[in-house]
Amino acid sequence: MSLFSTRMLAASAFALMAAAPLHAKTFVYCSEGSPEGFDAAPYTAGTTFDASGHAVYNRLVQFKPGTTEIEPALAESWDVSEDGLEYTFHLRQGVRFHSNDKFTPSRDFNADDVIFTFERQASADHPWHEYIPGITYEYYSSMEMDKLIKSIEKVDDHTVKFTLNQPEAPFLANVAMPFVSIVSKEYADALDAAGTREDLNNAPIGTGPFKFVAYQKDAVIRYQKNADYWGEAPKIDDLVFAITPDASVRLQKLKAGECHLMPYPAPADLDEIRADPNLKLDEQPGLNVGYLAYNTTVAPFDNPQVRKALNMAMDKPALIDAVYQGNAEVAKNPIPPTMWSYNDAIEDDKYDPEAAKAMLEEAGVKDLTMEVWAMPVQRPYMPNARRTAEMIQSDFAKVGVKVEIVSYEWGEYLKKSMEEGRKGAVILGWTGDNGDPDNFLSVLLSCAAATPGGANRAFWCNQEFSDLLAKAKATSDHDERVKLYEEAQVIFKREAPWATLAHSTQYVPMAKNVTGFVQSPLGDYVFDTVDLTE
Amino acid sequence: MLRFILKKLLYLVPTMIGITLVAFGFIRLLPGDPVLLMAGERGVSPERYAQIAAQLGYDKPVWQQYLHYLGNLLQGDLGNSLVTKKPVLTEFLALFPATVELALVAIIIATVIGVPVGVIAAIKRGSWFDQVSMTAALVGFSMPIFWWGLLLIILFSGVLGWTPVSGRISLMYFFPQVTGFMLIDSLISGQKGAFASALSHLILPSIVLATIPLAVIARQTRSAMLEVMGEDYVRTARAKGLSTRRVIGVHALRNAMIPVITTIGLQVGVLMAGAILTETIFSWPGIGKWMIDSISRRDYPVVQSGLLLIAAIVMIVNLIVDLTYGLINPRIRHK
Amino acid sequence: MTDTTVKISDAAIRRRMLREFWFYFSQNRGAVIGLVVFVLLVLTAIFASLIAPHDPTQQYRDALLVPPIWQEGGRAGFLLGTDAVGRDMLSRLIHGAQYSLFIGIVVVAIALTGGIIIGLVAGFFGGWVDTVIMRVMDVVLAFPSLLLALVLVAVLGPGLTNAMIAIAIVYQPHFARLTRAAVMGEKAREYVTAAKVAGAGNLRLMFKTILPNCLAPLIVQATLSFSSAVLDSAALGFLGMGAQPPASEWGTMLAEAREFILRAWWVVTFPGLAILVSVLAINLMGDGLRDALDPKLKRS
Repeated sequence: MSLFSTRMLAASAFALMAAAPLHAKTFVYCSEGSPEGFDAAPYTAGTTFDASGHAVYNRLVQFKPGTTEIEPALAESWDVSEDGLEYTFHLRQGVRFHSNDKFTPSRDFNADDVIFTFERQASADHPWHEYIPGITYEYYSSMEMDKLIKSIEKVDDHTVKFTLNQPEAPFLANVAMPFVSIVSKEYADALDAAGTREDLNNAPIGTGPFKFVAYQKDAVIRYQKNADYWGEAPKIDDLVFAITPDASVRLQKLKAGECHLMPYPAPADLDEIRADPNLKLDEQPGLNVGYLAYNTTVAPFDNPQVRKALNMAMDKPALIDAVYQGNAEVAKNPIPPTMWSYNDAIEDDKYDPEAAKAMLEEAGVKDLTMEVWAMPVQRPYMPNARRTAEMIQSDFAKVGVKVEIVSYEWGEYLKKSMEEGRKGAVILGWTGDNGDPDNFLSVLLSCAAATPGGANRAFWCNQEFSDLLAKAKATSDHDERVKLYEEAQVIFKREAPWATLAHSTQYVPMAKNVTGFVQSPLGDYVFDTVDLTE
Repeated sequence: MLRFILKKLLYLVPTMIGITLVAFGFIRLLPGDPVLLMAGERGVSPERYAQIAAQLGYDKPVWQQYLHYLGNLLQGDLGNSLVTKKPVLTEFLALFPATVELALVAIIIATVIGVPVGVIAAIKRGSWFDQVSMTAALVGFSMPIFWWGLLLIILFSGVLGWTPVSGRISLMYFFPQVTGFMLIDSLISGQKGAFASALSHLILPSIVLATIPLAVIARQTRSAMLEVMGEDYVRTARAKGLSTRRVIGVHALRNAMIPVITTIGLQVGVLMAGAILTETIFSWPGIGKWMIDSISRRDYPVVQSGLLLIAAIVMIVNLIVDLTYGLINPRIRHK
Repeated sequence: MTDTTVKISDAAIRRRMLREFWFYFSQNRGAVIGLVVFVLLVLTAIFASLIAPHDPTQQYRDALLVPPIWQEGGRAGFLLGTDAVGRDMLSRLIHGAQYSLFIGIVVVAIALTGGIIIGLVAGFFGGWVDTVIMRVMDVVLAFPSLLLALVLVAVLGPGLTNAMIAIAIVYQPHFARLTRAAVMGEKAREYVTAAKVAGAGNLRLMFKTILPNCLAPLIVQATLSFSSAVLDSAALGFLGMGAQPPASEWGTMLAEAREFILRAWWVVTFPGLAILVSVLAINLMGDGLRDALDPKLKRS
């Protein structure tokens, strides 16, 4: 059924394209993977968000291009009540949803769409909650929106009021994230009537800069400029995602002019890209951190002195050269330097094997043998965990600590690394979801996260630290929050639950004639501002 | 004849059930928990875990899960992908034409070249043509096709720049999918250059995929021809003064074709295995690559039902070969 | 006394058979070439650490992607150039021979033993035992071998040992079927009946009386499986499911080399060539073996 409908869609889209002027500007993006679907809510992969949330949809608020600051989008403005519990959004008027061959919106975007977007994820009884069997809303629950939002109320057609259970400063950043992309209630109703509910996921209708045209699985996604876009209309006419999983093939296509921009180049190719006169390379520190988490509940790692000593035994610049091929910077804090509230006053532990050895002796640690866990997969924050572990092994050997390298299958790794009483230190990392420091510090280091199913793999529960985070979360005063997070980073450095390893750099190679592409610190690929010069 | 077919079909039933057991069993044994993989570095709370596991039915005893799976299968429900959440069958059907197109073109290349080469080699037994072609066939038969594909890419895409590196057609062309076969759809679309583009994308992958079947068919044809040519009736026909061409064309070839057709049919399994490698090398959006990706993503339902579908296709094609064989050679039927 | 004479004549028969076999085998030029290459390969594998000019895992950080010696930029120390992390290609290839031969031997050994036992049991006992076993074999054969091996490796975990086990399991039905067919054919023969009458036990009948008489097709199948095992394990390595880096297994080397295909042809070309040459040699030998062992095909 849905196969048939996408085919029909493609047919009509073809008719549309044929009518378009011949020298339409087509921008081709060689994406690294297939989108899981086109409804952004149930999925978690960045690839999916690029293809759905960012291209087709808008949120109530959005990140200002190139930053993690919030700016108005489908909500023109918002008020926060004194106690931080009520957020009232004033919606933009005259915003039209896209149309396709089977659906033409009869009304503009309004409060019903907002409520539909949130409630279908929030309530298990909602008729659209499980519109595809087995569907779940991972981001909605992992960002704890279900626990946070008490009620959503339609004040009038253009005003929506959210009431929270507790004051939560990162809330605005959460509603800028792709999983709460505003979908059309009217479209959902139309699909209901037609009995093709899965088309919400196959043939998306949004308000975003590009209209979805067609998707050929694992091969191509096509979009067309949304001429009625409420914001500044895109400068390109057609947007194409050419799905190319292999990094060297992507580069090959870029060089051959078959695409204009690509994500995730192979580190080995960077020099070649820089040398190519037809290409340019955009680089930016990524919003990520790679770390080694000790188990702070197991002796002798329960002693901050021991952890500190081990951190001092680590030659991080050498690690960056060997593992990241220089495409990263040494991490001293758990949050990356591009994030607000980064405490630059903190000094990293000096690389000093002699002093480290002395400190270990002082702490009464002799003939220590420990495990270092190396994850089996590549991540932007950790291109080669095995090699990292090998380097840590040789560094630690110099201070008399014997390291055994352990690895598991990825799912097992994630599970075993969260088992209580785990032996050994774990290599892992994190990429930010919404640019809020809370999204790093609370998720990875709070007491609440040190419980089963949390992500605090150091099992580090420092009440002072956690209290600061809680306080910062409840304040909506930005400067106040900056101060609290800076303080928290001081405690982190003092207690050293992790060895912070690196913040890797994000590279975007593109053709020389591409202009207006703004790299997102969150690693999104957004094309509403790009243009092609002759 | 009908009874023969029915009997053969009935024969497939226990094998089919066995296949579902194997597919289902393997998948349960796969290490790594899909729920945990979905959660990633963030982790998932025990309550949430239980909730998702229950939703996916993983909390029930394994035999219940199996029966449930079988029940769904009988209703044509192959489950939904954990990654895309879409029905496995929909995904399969979206990608299957790409694989079929590739495999069909490959088998056509292999047959069109392999059969004549084998026939000529047999007729001119011992000649230089025989020796060269049979050596080449053995080389083809020994070929690591994933390497062969890379070599062709280096030569034709890298050095000469004649063929594209990957994909099915240039992005310039966009037309509705009617049959799912790019070659046919591009013709239907009537867009200038579309067919040529589709062909240039298809040529390298299909050559790579055709290599081993081509070698097998050529060798098989040659030995079948030799065997038939040694039979009494061919000798008699020759003795009766029929022209060599007629003897070979009418009598020898027809009889030699029986084992050759079987061989061609049996290449389906080889093609499916080859498709996994070929599609990976050429980023060909077909089911071989889909299976590989799904295995590494622990997409249980896809691997499970994908295995099942592929095994079913191989079995059905083998059955058809069997039946054709029975048609051509009635002796088999009564055995 | 009589005992010894029987033994002598036995040995004599065997010698004569061997002579006859070698006569037919050596008639086939390709087979002899194959044999020579194969012997060289075995010697390379055995003496790998003596022949190889470098340690196959040693990384020369100042010599990344050095081309072969005859090309501009080549260096005398690296005959066939180096790979992306500065390891000597030639040394890696030489050590890779060990992997391939080892894989071939282990896979054939497991598949052959398993297949023979299963086939003997099925063929000898017949009835429902046979039906059940053969249905199970049908199931295994219904899957494309590489796909099944892939899933098996995914279940067992990627790595060389598991890849070998997976491939052996996938190959085993071929041996089982062959054995079974041969046993069925032989079972009715007079010598078997005679042995049965003489009071030979089931085991003795199966292994001592019947088995030696159906060895020929098994040997041919074994050589075929040997070459396929080398190919399939390389394919698994190429897909990242076989031997794991930094092992110098040829398929794994190819997988690592993939990203350099358009920049450094030598890292891609040589491992594949090594696979091709060894598989070809084994197949040539296999052809010769078949011709020599299978009288029906001797004339072609």
